Parts: sequence; C-alpha cells; structure tokens
Amino acid sequence: MKTIEQTTDEILNLAATHFHFPRAELIATDDFYKKLGIDSLQALELLTRLENHFGVELPDYEVQGVSDFHTLATRIQARL
Amino acid sequence: MDDYKGKTLSWHFANGVVELALHRAPANEIGLAMLEELEQFVAALPVLEGKASALILHSELKAGFSAGADLRELYNEAQTMDAASAAKGVHAFLERIHAVLNRIDTSSLTTIAAVHNICFGGGFELALVCDLMIADKMARFCFPELRLGLIPGFGGIPRLKRDIGNGVVRDLLLTGRSINATKGLAVGLVSQVVAEGEALRVARFTAAQTTKFDRGTSAAAKQFIKPLPAEELRREIDIFCDLFTRPAVMEGLRKFVENTGAHPYLP
Repeated sequence: MKTIEQTTDEILNLAATHFHFPRAELIATDDFYKKLGIDSLQALELLTRLENHFGVELPDYEVQGVSDFHTLATRIQARL
Repeated sequence: MDDYKGKTLSWHFANGVVELALHRAPANEIGLAMLEELEQFVAALPVLEGKASALILHSELKAGFSAGADLRELYNEAQTMDAASAAKGVHAFLERIHAVLNRIDTSSLTTIAAVHNICFGGGFELALVCDLMIADKMARFCFPELRLGLIPGFGGIPRLKRDIGNGVVRDLLLTGRSINATKGLAVGLVSQVVAEGEALRVARFTAAQTTKFDRGTSAAAKQFIKPLPAEELRREIDIFCDLFTRPAVMEGLRKFVENTGAHPYLP
C-alpha cells in the first residue's frame, strides 16, 4: 500500500512530465488548474493519465471541485 | 465518389478500405454543417459498398473523436425562434441524423471507429454505430446529456444497450460520468485498447484483415448479429423531443454555453 506522500509524489511527477512543467516548482498544495494552466480538455487528460497510471477508476463527480494535488491524492488513495 | 474533401469531414477510398475523417474544429461538434456532409457520405455509400470491405471513422483533431452535438449552435438557433419552432427544428434534425446513423450502422461494410481522447455525447453515439471500436488509451467516453435535462438523442442508448450490459448503460447515463478505454474494454464497449496515437494505425490493420473475407458472408454475419434497434431508436426521438420542450433544457443549454469550468459536462 502506497503512502499518501508516495501517491502525491507520483501525481506531481506525472503532471510535470505530461504538462511540461518543472517538477521542482510543483508542491502538493498547488492549485493545478492555475499552476499548470490547464483547460477542461486537459483536465480530462489528467484524469485519464491518473487512472491509467494508478490502475483505478476516478468518477468525474468525485474529482469535480478538487483543484489541489493533495486532495487528488486522497481520492486516488481511497481506490488503491 | 471515391474521395471527398469537405469543411467538416473528408473521405478517401483505397485498397478496399474507406476512411472517413472528421476535422471540424475545435472538437468535431456535430451541427448542421457536419450533418449535411454526413448525408453526402451516406449518398455516396452504395457505390463505396460495391467495392470496399471496410470503413474506418476517425478524427484528425487532437481534441479527440468528437465532443458531440453542437450545443452552441443548438442554443443560438433556438434563441432566434419561438419554443414550438425550436422543437420542430430539433425534431427535424434528429430525423436526419438518425437516418444517417442508421444507414452507416446497417452498411454492408465492416465499420471501425478509431477513437482517441474525447468521445462524448453525440460523438460517442457516432462511434457506437460502428461494428468495432479501437480506442487509444487516452480515449474517454461519456453521455453528459442528463445535465441538460435531456437524454442522448442520436441513438446512443439503444445502441449501447445492444452492445453491453444494462447496468453499465445506467451507470453512464444516470451519473453522467466518463469512462476510459480500459474500462470500455472491460465492459465490452471497446474491441482493442492501443497505445496513445495508435488507434488509426491499428484500425487500418484490422480493416485490411476484413478485406480477406467474402463480402457477402461478412455482410450476412453482421446483419445476423447486429440488428438495428429500430423501435427503441424511434422511441428515443419521441422522448428527446418531449423533454426538449421543457424550460429547464434551455436553461441547461445556456449554462453549458456559458460554462468555463473544468468539467462543463457535469452539473
């Protein structure tokens, strides 16, 4: 079982890689919409990449309103 | 006509395979312009069926296969007329799109949807007319219509019900959530999940395979296993048009058109 820190770290790595953002500048409490500058299509892309990476299903309504990496990690953690 | 280059879509015939490419920016929204060109394609289909074995539907746009019906066009058009005229216009549009999709659905060709990224609403319904769906791992499927106070109107529910279990159909329809390609494969919606950007290439391999079989036999097999759910499709139009007359629908469309949030397809 991954820790919440490990899950958060993997999300930050994934976001940095796929949205071409310096990893060192991302932290768990960041608002990823603002920090990464992503739109609705990219939000779906992030959701799909997270599902594929962690092998979980994340219903849209569970992540609706979530905007920081840490809360996202708790949603994923609950399905690991 | 073997080849056609239009404003919203194009098709090309070669080596026994027809490729129909959608390219209406930003995300292949299906409005009047695409409907008219789909009707042109259907008019050309009898000749193509005489020499081809397979049809591949795909999108040339990065955004994905299709975001669905052009809701902005629908909303803006409806604002220019009274409610009765708007309802009549929607009914006419649905009759036309159903005629097109039913024709492709029952084509003697083996039809393959090569799907990437968003495949929502009417776009999902377009993919569902195909015999096989090949999705790249970033594909996402969704029926967001309930958020507008509507049901899918391009034949989505009867066709999805034809393909997969009713429980999954209810999950998608009643929650409005989207699912990825892996889930689509698990529930029997998707035939093959492939790497990012590879759906069209794999669809071409699959199409080439179908050219090896006798066309009459393939067509007979398809007709046997994939009957058109005609009665349910007809009922769907009636239910959609009944719901469309409610004031909540116009409000839902207005909210969608004005929404700039990350999940505009969710309430």
